[in-house]
Amino acid sequence: MVSRTRDQIGSGLDGVRGLWARAPRSARWVVYLALVVGAVLLPSRSIGSFMTPESDWPTVLFYPIGIYILLAIGLNVVVGQAGLLDLGYVAFFAIGGYMMAVLGTKLHWDFWEILLVGVLASALSGVVLGAPTLRLRGDYLAIVTLGFGEIVRKIAENTDSIGGPRGIAGIPHPPTLSQFEIFGVRPLRYGVLDPRPYYYLLVALIVVVIIFAKRLENSRVGRAWAAIREDEDAAELMGVPTFRFKLAAFAIGASIGGATGVVWAGKVISIIPANFPFILSATILAAVVLGGSGNIPGVMLGAFLIAWLPERFRGLQDYRVLAFGAVLVLMMALRPEGLLPSRRRKAEFAEGGGGMGSLGAEVGSARAGEPAAVGQ
Amino acid sequence: MFENFINQFWPATVDGISLGAIYALIALGYTMVYGVLRLINFAHSEIFMIGTIAALYAITTIGVSAPLAGISLIGMLVLLAAIGAVVSGSAAMALEYVAYRPLRRRGSSRLAALISAIGASIFLQQLFALLVIPKLFHRRQEGGRLPVQAPNWVQRGDVISIGDFVVRNDKLLIVVGAVLMMVVLDQVVRRTKLGRGIRATAQDAETAVLMGVNIDRIVTATFAIGGAMAGIAAALYLMRFESTDYFVGFLLGIKAFTAAVLGGIGNLRGALVGGFTLGLIELYGSALFGSEWRDVVAFSVLVLVLMFRPTGILGESLQRTRA
Amino acid sequence: MRHAFSRGLVAAAAASTLILSACGGNNSSGGSSSGGGGGQPASVKIGFMGDLTGENSGIVIPPKNGATMAIDQYNATSPKTKIQLVPYDSQAAPEQATALAQQAINQDKIVGLIGPAFSGESQQVGPILEEGKIPSISPSATNVTLSEKGWKFWHRILPGDRIQGTGIGEFIARALNAKKVFVIHDNQDYSKGIADFVTAAVKGKGATVSTDVIDPKATDYSSTVNKVKPAAPDAIFYGGYYAQAGRLLKQLREAGVTARFLSGDGSLDPGLAKGAGGTNADGAIVGCPCLVDPTGTSNEKSKKFAEDYKAKFNAAPAIYSAEGYDSATAFIEAIKAGNTTAEKINDYLKTIDVQGVTKTIKFGDNGEPAGGDVFVYQFKGGSYTLLGNSKDAKVS
Repeated sequence: MVSRTRDQIGSGLDGVRGLWARAPRSARWVVYLALVVGAVLLPSRSIGSFMTPESDWPTVLFYPIGIYILLAIGLNVVVGQAGLLDLGYVAFFAIGGYMMAVLGTKLHWDFWEILLVGVLASALSGVVLGAPTLRLRGDYLAIVTLGFGEIVRKIAENTDSIGGPRGIAGIPHPPTLSQFEIFGVRPLRYGVLDPRPYYYLLVALIVVVIIFAKRLENSRVGRAWAAIREDEDAAELMGVPTFRFKLAAFAIGASIGGATGVVWAGKVISIIPANFPFILSATILAAVVLGGSGNIPGVMLGAFLIAWLPERFRGLQDYRVLAFGAVLVLMMALRPEGLLPSRRRKAEFAEGGGGMGSLGAEVGSARAGEPAAVGQ
Repeated sequence: MFENFINQFWPATVDGISLGAIYALIALGYTMVYGVLRLINFAHSEIFMIGTIAALYAITTIGVSAPLAGISLIGMLVLLAAIGAVVSGSAAMALEYVAYRPLRRRGSSRLAALISAIGASIFLQQLFALLVIPKLFHRRQEGGRLPVQAPNWVQRGDVISIGDFVVRNDKLLIVVGAVLMMVVLDQVVRRTKLGRGIRATAQDAETAVLMGVNIDRIVTATFAIGGAMAGIAAALYLMRFESTDYFVGFLLGIKAFTAAVLGGIGNLRGALVGGFTLGLIELYGSALFGSEWRDVVAFSVLVLVLMFRPTGILGESLQRTRA
Repeated sequence: MRHAFSRGLVAAAAASTLILSACGGNNSSGGSSSGGGGGQPASVKIGFMGDLTGENSGIVIPPKNGATMAIDQYNATSPKTKIQLVPYDSQAAPEQATALAQQAINQDKIVGLIGPAFSGESQQVGPILEEGKIPSISPSATNVTLSEKGWKFWHRILPGDRIQGTGIGEFIARALNAKKVFVIHDNQDYSKGIADFVTAAVKGKGATVSTDVIDPKATDYSSTVNKVKPAAPDAIFYGGYYAQAGRLLKQLREAGVTARFLSGDGSLDPGLAKGAGGTNADGAIVGCPCLVDPTGTSNEKSKKFAEDYKAKFNAAPAIYSAEGYDSATAFIEAIKAGNTTAEKINDYLKTIDVQGVTKTIKFGDNGEPAGGDVFVYQFKGGSYTLLGNSKDAKVS
């Protein structure tokens, strides 16, 4: 019975995908517009009283929901599109955050200048991480990136000139662009009490990044990533300069993570190394996989759920994290391809491989739903 | 900096090898599962934690009138190791059944299995913090996250003492225990039918099936053996530190997995080499640069080693262990 | 088929936009007043924020108990305005703390906050409370920089790390006559803070200091032990919390290090002795800017507090519980005097001068308590007793 319900829901979700793929261009644009408008109207009290009755909805919309979504889109470039297992993504978030903190408090640069420098610095760090390590095979890359995440955090902790364990406080907000008011909100005034201007800034950034990532996906770069993801050796043989494209994936993913860090630091105004633990990398990875790695709506949905559900069920108190772990296991057992996998990915799965390759000790055609024929 | 290092060279060596032995035993579990399933079993760290809880509960229930030494210490250690092995081994088998088997049946990607592993790890940590520890040790629920103390059951004394080179009994027992288990495991993998089955599955699962190997049984056995090793490591850990908590597996797990990769993942002897190497690197690095740089040194060395030997120090895989 | 689809989509999009815009947009930014005009409200809300369910809940629940007891005692007198204590579990995560603070100010309309319990979350919540004009009194956040930000609405009931660290450091130099001190911490905000002040104080009295750092998540501190042993210090100070302090002390003693062990308020808990095992903790001295007096020897008020606490919670008062009680008392006094809005309460706190359990409740301009004594406690056989004031206490 479980598998039947699961299959029904699964085909429902796939049906939505199919509908979308067949829809004409104009219809799609209407939906995009509606989504953006919806996003703008999202931080309202009435929605908030349902979504997070026990904590402030606009604040939660910024962090963790908005931030997780942006981080998931960035990690999706690395894991979902290029197929590289990165367990230390939080390092780039940290680098962006510290860029904002250090340049903002010590050199008193402007937010927008720091954003630009932060993006470049994180991209550079992505290259620095990738250059010696991207020749390694998948799982070795995993542990090395995990180590990198820890190294960045430890260096921040041990270096007193950037605050050490105390971190940096007094980070300046983005400058107020204008005081104009609409519907009782001042969307361009970045103060302390109202999280909504930051949320709108984040929405704008998310839209920009989505457009950027989507264009990449449909370009030569994206196609090269797909080739590398599916079979790196074959891609190499066909003349794709795999190393260079993998490095590009790292750099681009890193720059998105860094940009997120800059924006986040500009709101929270004080950061400490303990804000960037390994579990955050694992959580974003879970968001990507849960949503359906490789496609943007999927990872956005995954990130939204992973960010929102623990806040919604604050009433569970202690048991929140326990439930989170259980949900991960259950979701993977029931729908390992994610909630909204892209059709290409579904095809890859059907072939019994794709992306990270399939779990070993498998026998026969590893088609979804079909148990291993021998060895019961 | 260098004078620190020279001052502490022998103590750092002894402590590094002792710490490394624990890493090695836990690394065995990671490396075996990886060799057979190509899966990073993130929840293995919790299998170790469960073993420490079991051993601690055992020693608390059995009770000691006075700290043990000599033969009685070894006897109690063997008993605790057996208990730890059984509990951790069973936990590992249950973990495989619940978290990974459904994914194997559906032919899922390794990434999905990794997420399931992370979820299982989180779940087990919280389960023990919220329910098991408070129940077992009669605490209020907030107390579940606090360390649990074992009674003082180990009488510590120096076994070897030549100038700076001092080896305490518990540290020596850890190393001896780890090497012993390594030898036993090596024999199992090389000479028994089960061992051949494991190697065959690691090498080529489809062909193994054709040759009559029962994959499910092999996978279960792999998890059981890896879990048992972690359980033995748990008993040794309990001898050294006489306490545990719900979070103890986290850092040790990451380090042990690093050790497995360092030595060559999928390679049993690699786990031993990797474990000792990592332990020494950590202690020497701490002596040179200060303990706060321990992890940075460890991971940096890992990257360096992998750059020049991309498959780890010993490099070989489980399937190619010479028969 | 396609046209129908497009039209349906447009219709759905338009409808949902209309619905959303109908409910969206209303906002009351920064409203902090509760109980409007005309008479005192029947009840006001005071928040309590801290790590109630995470790893460090052991030092947050006692102050919450203390505050709860104070407020329950007040409500039992049938006052004009009752107080409702609203707990906010931040798990010491600044991100959660900020969302909860927003909620508390905008939705729950609290008029005061007891907490946040830890310094890290205080850094991020402080600006929000300032702009929201909500007074706060922390029972346990001891980071020195908190009082240096020019916040007008922030207070704490106990002195910061500078006073504590200096007090302990001077005690080490004076009472222990230590010439060589080894300072260890776990590289967290609080731990490093207090360790640095101890180092400065001890150096100021002419002793030499060596330092090392441990990883709070690890259990093996052998590299630190190997550094301490050859250094042969007269005293060892550990900045950090009792779980690690106990483990460190155990490993030091097992390695044969017999030097006197000291620590700060994070270690003031029987867990230190348990973690150290056996008699390893005997003789260890822990300083605290707090007064913990389970047997009520120090003054009448603390005796009554200890008895009431035991009766209500079936446990002896623990670290910061008296501080939680005093923090609540400050708010209670303000409300008793008829101040029921956040701003009026804050004004009252500027002038409050009331005898509390731990000390006289009085605040300086920067929110620091006026007068800060550091007390030292000695461990023996699994628990600790008050040794005296760090300025003049002697060791046996």
